[in-house]
Amino acid sequence: MFRLTESPRLSEFERQVLPHLDAAYNLARFLMRNDQDAEDVVQEAALRAFRFFESFRGENSRAWFLSIVRNTSFTALKRHHMNERNVVFDEELHGVENPPMDAGVVLDRAQDRQTVRAAIEALPAEFREAITLRELEGFSYKEIADIAGVPIGTIMSRLARGRRQLQMILNPEAK
Amino acid sequence: MDHEQIRELINPYVDGELDLLTARETEQHLRSCADCRGIERALRALRETLASSQPVYRAPSRLRKNVRAALRREAKTTERTFNPWVLFATGAACALIMLGAVLFQTTRASRSNTLVDEVIANHVRSLLATHLVDVASSDQHTVKPWFDGKIDFAPEVRDLSRDGFPLIGGRLDYLNGKTVVALVYHRNKHPINVFIMPATTGRDTLPSATIRRGYNVLSWTHNEMKYWAVSDLNEAELRRFTELLVR
Repeated sequence: MFRLTESPRLSEFERQVLPHLDAAYNLARFLMRNDQDAEDVVQEAALRAFRFFESFRGENSRAWFLSIVRNTSFTALKRHHMNERNVVFDEELHGVENPPMDAGVVLDRAQDRQTVRAAIEALPAEFREAITLRELEGFSYKEIADIAGVPIGTIMSRLARGRRQLQMILNPEAK
Repeated sequence: MDHEQIRELINPYVDGELDLLTARETEQHLRSCADCRGIERALRALRETLASSQPVYRAPSRLRKNVRAALRREAKTTERTFNPWVLFATGAACALIMLGAVLFQTTRASRSNTLVDEVIANHVRSLLATHLVDVASSDQHTVKPWFDGKIDFAPEVRDLSRDGFPLIGGRLDYLNGKTVVALVYHRNKHPINVFIMPATTGRDTLPSATIRRGYNVLSWTHNEMKYWAVSDLNEAELRRFTELLVR
């Protein structure tokens, strides 16, 4: 029944955008830091993307969709008063919660994953964004700058600072 | 670049974001600076940890299903009340109509442009080939009957010597594939060609001016006749001439 009434616009949208649902969820999940909010954000972003689909010029649908996911996430963070861009990372708290990944200690994969996820989530939102897009989604500085709507230099410094904080969380012994 | 500057570049260096020259310079510095090498090694180790621990989240199948359902609902409601394809089709139809109108106008314009070119070419040819007139006379009563039997319309022929535009004569010429009347006048040695042919519309129009290649061209419709006056005379005098002609 749906097949018959399905619009070509919807099919085209599903073909172009739905393959990036995992990437969208991954970004939303690291920004929102919980499953439910991430799902809400992705669903809202998908609807917004569908409404603005005409504005998509057909170059990079992954970057285009992720920029909408990103904006929807930051709006949600603000709405929830959860935006902690000014909150300074609490090293001690995370040191207690997440055992550091020491070179001498071999953790199993599931534990590794949890540790790394928690470490990324401990970063300020803009750093989480830069790290996720660079390290987990493999975007270039230019693409991340376009998605976040800031200059490349800003992305460069966010990445450098985000990584430094990650190193401190994951390996607090090292300088 | 010094140590401090290079240290800022280790991140983009590791990310492969530096241009070749800067990358080479960074490489050279890394070879000689143990401090920076340590930073690089730690960065690469961090990247390795991030990759190998596979922290990426995957969209739950529930989300995929919900998104698809929400999109279908959205498509249904928006396309019932505000179908973008109907809108698109309407827009496309409007655009086509406008495009047609524009094309029609431009072809009309270019047609009149080529006509102006033809008028000027006729004028120039008449001066070059010393074939200015077939019937040389300043007597309108000589010129007008000369056209009888040669064309299927009777142009008004009027001598304007008293106003400083003496009639030199007349000839047959071609314009837009049709035989037309060409009347030749003079104004202080400036020849004026007036081409006359039956108008396609009966409405009188005021002279409209075009300047092309140094020639002034005035065209107007009067008494169901289409007139073209062309000369190297200035526009003001040519206008005065046309006013006298249709007076």
